[in-house]
Amino acid sequence: MISKSNESGTSSFLEEVIEDTPGGERIVHCLQCGSCGGSCPNGADMQYTPRTLFAMINANQREAVLSANTMWMCVSCYLCTTRCPQNIPITDIMYALKRKAIAEKLAKGTDAPALAKTFTDLLDKYGRSFELGLASRYYLLNRPVAMLKMGPMGLSMFTRGRMSLLPTKIKNLEQLRAIIHKARELGDAS
Amino acid sequence: MKYAYYPGCSMECNAAAYEVSTQAVARVLGFELAEIDDWNCCGATEYFSQDELTACAVVARNLALVDSRTDQLVAPCAACYLNLAKTDKLMTDDPEMGRKINQALAAGSLHYEGGRVKVRHLLDVIYHDFGEEKIREKVVRPLDGLRVAPYYGCQVVRPIKGDDSTEYPMQMDEMFTWLGAEVVDYPVKAHCCGGHMTQISEPQAFELIRRLLQSAVDYEADMILCMCPMCQLNLDAYQSRVNGFFNTNFSMPIIYFTQMLGIAFGLDPKELGFGKELVAAEPVLKAKLTAKTTT
Repeated sequence: MISKSNESGTSSFLEEVIEDTPGGERIVHCLQCGSCGGSCPNGADMQYTPRTLFAMINANQREAVLSANTMWMCVSCYLCTTRCPQNIPITDIMYALKRKAIAEKLAKGTDAPALAKTFTDLLDKYGRSFELGLASRYYLLNRPVAMLKMGPMGLSMFTRGRMSLLPTKIKNLEQLRAIIHKARELGDAS
Repeated sequence: MKYAYYPGCSMECNAAAYEVSTQAVARVLGFELAEIDDWNCCGATEYFSQDELTACAVVARNLALVDSRTDQLVAPCAACYLNLAKTDKLMTDDPEMGRKINQALAAGSLHYEGGRVKVRHLLDVIYHDFGEEKIREKVVRPLDGLRVAPYYGCQVVRPIKGDDSTEYPMQMDEMFTWLGAEVVDYPVKAHCCGGHMTQISEPQAFELIRRLLQSAVDYEADMILCMCPMCQLNLDAYQSRVNGFFNTNFSMPIIYFTQMLGIAFGLDPKELGFGKELVAAEPVLKAKLTAKTTT
């Protein structure tokens, strides 16, 4: 079991992770069994499986954890979460680590933060997701070569009426933006 | 019967086949899906990767907009379903978080009490609220001879536990036996389609898609049945890219379960959005079902 107070003293990073994850306090019950990494569809491509990452969190290896690719390989399938014998909300911990890595600009070798930013910017702007806007802006800025390969698929989607050229906007954008603004303000304050 | 309905962004265009077939099936079974007025995007997995409180507030706006006379909310998309259900659960279980989310909602003159609305996926509604007898009653064109591989994906069966297995769910399997189909028992029916990984890292995403397609082929399925627009998009639209990447020749139609319910109910494929899929279902439907409809 992970102990909050180990030989090197309390891991302040462990406390941060617990603070930032709903139900995160379960992490101290990790048995280091490895069910998580063994269940993960992308476990083989992770630098550290969740089990290893949790030991690193406990050892206060803040920067190594936040610059790992582990959370960016997570596809939110929740298989580790439902299999964990200690009921640790592993996927939610991955989300907390993603947020920390983005906020501290430690995410390395992944376009996931750029995708998340483009996606949420479009949501804030229109209130709905806009697939063509997302794809064009994200690919153009981050993965121009990959965009060429997307061409034929995009065209097939378009000819079947599955891709809209214009975004849909919600009516009460003002209300949504006021809510988003307030939520950010509250988040920054805490 | 009337439910509040949260279609989600995909249903408007990319998953139009799911939307029209859902509405068609609802008409046959006799339920109404009353769309939440002016709903907004659920934020998918992206908002939760950036900012948890804002992500929850964005989702909670939809919960707050549900008509006060209704306490049942239906979502057809797995990601939308989970975001709505997760936010509702968080607001119920964590009063401090609920209070903060409501502070944000108050900026838009809205309020939501955790637990007021029961968030449900469309499959759950059709399976539980109508069930075997009512569904069998409506079957006019049994799907005998058609081998279907029900695909559940992740976010409906996990992490919020319903009354189905988190790893070996059966409700869509059962439903399709009621329709007369041969249900393929294959091992990856609740494995991941890759979600938005297709946008981030193709080798990983394509491998996850390949595993699903390969398993369905190994078990001789005629088609894979989906219950989520993201799963359908990954398995259908990326199928030719996956073939190019692995030098495979998959040609597996990926169809929404509501489209095949509609076929069994005797509806015209055109009313059910057939033809929008990139890997055409028509040859399979013709080969397996036409003979019977003429008799």
